[in-house]
Amino acid sequence: MSDVLLDIKNLKTHFYTETGHVTAVNGVSFNVKKGEIVGVVGESGCGKSVMSQTILRLFEEGTVEYEGEINFNGRNLLKLNKRQINKVRGNDISMIFQDPLSTLNPVHTVGRQIAESIILHQNASKKEAEEKAIELLRLVGIPSPEKRAKEYPHNLSGGMRQRAMIAVALACRPKLLIADEPTTALDVTIQAQILDLMNNLNEELDMGIIFITHDLGVVADLCSRVVVMYLGEIVEEASIEELFDRPLHPYTQGLIKSIPQLDGDRSAMLHTIEGTVPPLTRVPKGCRFAARCPFADEKCVASAPPVTEYTATQKVKCWHFEKILKNQEGIADVHTYS
Amino acid sequence: MWSYIIKRLFSLIPVLFIVSIVIFSIIHLTPGDPTTYMLGEEATPEQIADAKKQLGLDQPIHVQYFNWVKKAAIGDLGSSYHMNMSVNDAIMSHIGPTLSLAILAEIVALLIAIPLGIIAAIKRGTATDQTVMGFSLLGMAIPSFLLALFLVLLIGVKLQWLPVAGYRPLDSGLWNHIKYLIMPAISLGSIQAALIARMTRSSMLEVLNTNYIKMARAKGVVERRIIYGHALQNAFLPILTVIGITFGGLVTGAVVTETIFNIPGIGSLIINSVARRDYTVIQGIVLFVTFVYVMLNLVIDILYGVIDPRVRLEEK
Amino acid sequence: MENIGSTLTLSEARKKLKKEQQQLLKKRFFSNYSMVIGLVIVIFLMLLSFVGPYLTSYGPLDLEVNNRLQAPNADHLLGTDNFGRDLLTRIVYGARASISVGLSIAIITSIIGLAIGLYASYYKRLDQILMRICDGLMAIPGILLAIALMAALGPKVENVIIALSIVFTPYVARIVRSAALVVREQTYIEAMKAQGASSTRIIWLHVAPNVLSPLIVQATFIFADSIITEAALSFLGAGIPAPAPSWGNILYDGKLVIFNAWWMTVFPGLLIIIAVIGLNSMGDGLRDIMDPHYKKVTKKRSKAVKGKEEVA
Repeated sequence: MSDVLLDIKNLKTHFYTETGHVTAVNGVSFNVKKGEIVGVVGESGCGKSVMSQTILRLFEEGTVEYEGEINFNGRNLLKLNKRQINKVRGNDISMIFQDPLSTLNPVHTVGRQIAESIILHQNASKKEAEEKAIELLRLVGIPSPEKRAKEYPHNLSGGMRQRAMIAVALACRPKLLIADEPTTALDVTIQAQILDLMNNLNEELDMGIIFITHDLGVVADLCSRVVVMYLGEIVEEASIEELFDRPLHPYTQGLIKSIPQLDGDRSAMLHTIEGTVPPLTRVPKGCRFAARCPFADEKCVASAPPVTEYTATQKVKCWHFEKILKNQEGIADVHTYS
Repeated sequence: MWSYIIKRLFSLIPVLFIVSIVIFSIIHLTPGDPTTYMLGEEATPEQIADAKKQLGLDQPIHVQYFNWVKKAAIGDLGSSYHMNMSVNDAIMSHIGPTLSLAILAEIVALLIAIPLGIIAAIKRGTATDQTVMGFSLLGMAIPSFLLALFLVLLIGVKLQWLPVAGYRPLDSGLWNHIKYLIMPAISLGSIQAALIARMTRSSMLEVLNTNYIKMARAKGVVERRIIYGHALQNAFLPILTVIGITFGGLVTGAVVTETIFNIPGIGSLIINSVARRDYTVIQGIVLFVTFVYVMLNLVIDILYGVIDPRVRLEEK
Repeated sequence: MENIGSTLTLSEARKKLKKEQQQLLKKRFFSNYSMVIGLVIVIFLMLLSFVGPYLTSYGPLDLEVNNRLQAPNADHLLGTDNFGRDLLTRIVYGARASISVGLSIAIITSIIGLAIGLYASYYKRLDQILMRICDGLMAIPGILLAIALMAALGPKVENVIIALSIVFTPYVARIVRSAALVVREQTYIEAMKAQGASSTRIIWLHVAPNVLSPLIVQATFIFADSIITEAALSFLGAGIPAPAPSWGNILYDGKLVIFNAWWMTVFPGLLIIIAVIGLNSMGDGLRDIMDPHYKKVTKKRSKAVKGKEEVA
């Protein structure tokens, strides 16, 4: 177990808002090993962002309540006091967000924003920190980093900003990087570059990465393991090969089917999953996916399914996955997943 | 940056042109002859003709206007008929007290408003927040001259802590100077504070909700530094605008407050001039104050560029 | 037969819809505290100023030289002033003066501001001229402009109304114009133009009704501002001329005897504050009722709980 970096056990995140009580993350358990890239996949509103921000407890105290355990380096992050969690943030665990322009402070230079973490966590002098900041900008592949360090975020292009933000996150060589849809706001070529960069950094720095996305295609390129979330719960967890070869949960199957295929039949309609994600204020009693599931029956509506370990690395939360799997075997060859 | 400043300066010309026409026509197009007001009903026709000539009132109206504007453009506002001095001198000899009052009032306003606004934003939804916002609502409903009168009643008359009225110049010692200005400055400043606190709160709330604040938290920046190092600078732009707007309120308040506290400033000067029907002085003061007001807002616009690098970029 | 049946249900449905809308409006109205509080205060002031004078046993100018500067007592509920006039009577008559001046200014600025704003929004060139004039007027601090106008016109109630109308009209015109510009861009206005409707018809029959709600809200705020400014002007001796009772004049007299008669400052002062709070909260309430979206936005901004936005 020593190679486990982050171990989340039965995590729940409750929000108390004017409109009532909402459980955005409901009993999530998974782990990340050292140097491993784990993908977290789901539609918007499935709680993946909330889950990721819960790890660093970024929500305002008083409006939110956490349950469960987030074990990191032998400590439960949920039990740390404010001072202790601030030492973890940006130092041991870093985060990057979806939209780099709004995530970088518009009135501070890029260099200053990187240097800030270094000064905060490593007792470096201002000058040392600034030198390190330039080094980091070079590491993430920004040309003429000395000049860029003195510029403001709005002077940079979208791809550059995302690189700069990664530099901010890497400033203290964290052991774990949480990337919350880091490529969604970028166009395709730049997206590929950023993914490349993350892959390289992962190898170079031996840093664990939680990669949150709604794009299964990206996950296939980058991750070794995948967690699929639906309405605040993990419905399936599998290695990347298992997930694409033999998805067990009907929701995962739907997600995979809706990836556009370059070599597929162009005239065919793109597959969509029926219905939409219900709001968290009206969560169904039984299986949360039942209302949209083509295989659902009374059992699904009445009670929530347990998590079943299908193999050592693949778990699923569904009553009928075995039956579905049997049905699928006959037609499995029709779909080829690359 | 410079081209921006020059562009903005040029954009002031039409506004100042309209202002000058408005002020000029108020005095010259209203029924009645200013000279009869000035000299009284019993003035002889010779006296009136003499005064008219002296004031240039015998010329056609548009000539009068251009003469006035030409002089005003180079900073000459004419001369007072009653005080036997130029309007410039009259304004200069009264500006000191007004300036002291305005600065002190603005300091009072900012000292009250910014901390309260920040606290209300941080503790939003709590009793602290509601108390601050309640006082701010009350402050916006009370005109500053009423607050001044109430302060006089309470602190000056009842408690007798501070002098009720009067003014001592700075030469007579700083404390002596300030002692007489505390009540007027509080009554002016706290009314401004109501608006500024409200703006500070909502601006801070908006900034505290942004992604870069979340990023700063994720970096492990402590809450204090997040508020003062990251949020406040970003929140300051809208606050600055309100400070500019409140200067108008400061002028309004100063006119009445000066009369209440017997401070020999611009406000007292214009009120006395109204009583004396000294039109050149009234005209000059309104033009002067408006000019200062417009320029102040220009300076604030330029400060935007200094605070927010994004504005600088747009203007390049 | 089927046709008739369907029209019947359609009109019934319409009736039902209308009823529901009315109920919704009623609900919105009564759940709107600032509106209810504001309305109660405003009605109280209206009653005070129009019925009050008939209930007092003194005249506003009745001098009782022996009873000067009496503190509030049974005969004179709010005391007497430095001329021995009953303060309550003067405040009640003062309310009549202040309210009628404020109301007149609100009405006049609404009418003129509406016309200016509508025409400015419709004709581009006129817009340039009118809006520059408004900019110029708004650049001059309000009280200075009012003082200058009063100096030129002379101290009279009518002149106070004229002066303050000139001061406040640009603010109405601006708001009407920006609301009208939005309406102007709507497709149905384009369609009307294409059909050859006259511009007067379009402006007054089709654009004007759509700018009424911001206009009414603004008029309420101007009502409050006018009361404050009139009081300030009268207090300075440049407003309603003495000895006519107005809140500003009473305060002016009160300032002269502030060491001896607190009641002459406190009572009219409180009344001004109450009037302003009443009118302002009525304005806020009206805005919430007429434009429910506005409230939502500010509420979300000020009270947004981060988590909620994340989840949504």
